[in-house]
Amino acid sequence: MSQTRLVAIEQDILAKNDSFAAVNRQLFAAKGVFVLNLMSSPGSGKTTLLTRTLTDLKGRFPVAVIEGDQQTSFDADRIRATGTPAIQVNTGKGCHLDAQMVTQAVGRLPVADESVLFIENVGNLVCPAGFDLGEAHKVVVLSVTEGEDKPLKYPAMFASADLLIVNKVDLLPHLTFDVARMIDYARRLKPSLEVIELSATGGQGLDRWYAWIEAGLAKAKGARKG
Amino acid sequence: MHELALSQGIIDVIREQAAVQGFTRVKTVRLVIGTLSHVEPEAIEFGFDAVSRGTIAEGATLAIERPPGEAFCLSCEKPVPLAERFDPCPDCGGHQLVVTGGEELRVKELEVE
Repeated sequence: MSQTRLVAIEQDILAKNDSFAAVNRQLFAAKGVFVLNLMSSPGSGKTTLLTRTLTDLKGRFPVAVIEGDQQTSFDADRIRATGTPAIQVNTGKGCHLDAQMVTQAVGRLPVADESVLFIENVGNLVCPAGFDLGEAHKVVVLSVTEGEDKPLKYPAMFASADLLIVNKVDLLPHLTFDVARMIDYARRLKPSLEVIELSATGGQGLDRWYAWIEAGLAKAKGARKG
Repeated sequence: MHELALSQGIIDVIREQAAVQGFTRVKTVRLVIGTLSHVEPEAIEFGFDAVSRGTIAEGATLAIERPPGEAFCLSCEKPVPLAERFDPCPDCGGHQLVVTGGEELRVKELEVE
């Protein structure tokens, strides 16, 4: 009969994910790549925002996209139609991207030095929040056709984000959505959360989003040169 | 159901440790899952049951500690308890809170043979 004993472990459950995230972050820093992890519910207009962004920013700096979905390559096809290199990662039954998937995707995708890499996560306000991908910032997109109490319903997501994009604001005249109240809810979770209100189809507010991206890229380039 | 991925993470930790510490069976897994973490203990139990099959941790009991949420209030300049992420500071009612505890997600120790 073998003896029972206690073994102290004290190891983070996400240790493996976090070690891949650290590898990604190191790689991105060395190349001066500004990486954004875009997260939202399904239907918030993430892919529409992304295709509009890629079209408008074309030629200003190199961009690449990693598209996460459970199934299909529809989104990557939409991205490639803008002329941007994109790779589709199908998570199968998985509900989020993890850092290792990003490591593998980056190996198959031309990510230029001093570029912007958008990672569009699986449409889900729960699971992606827990997984560091090695990004510079987590960006959460919430459209005004959703409930304004979503920040309180999905607190981990909003607490983990650095930027909140409020999308579809051109529809506000037809809705009862209270933008100020939603932002107040979100800032209860993350007092320092930045907010940009825009419409990916109407175009208003996009300038601020583009300026935010360019500032981030300039910072990534600066850090690379040291 | 990211708890399935996290359960796989627990199995990965156990596998590594089994090689280093030389055990062949796990009877109890002690986890620390903070009350503010994005994880439901029931879903971890369910996920662990599924992914531990055929491993040295099959049939192991999960013992889960739930440390409470804690924050530092920047306005009051002191630590305060925090039951939910979106709760205000119990003293000043403000939201200038930095979470300092309750987000743990850790394998603490194993009872092994």
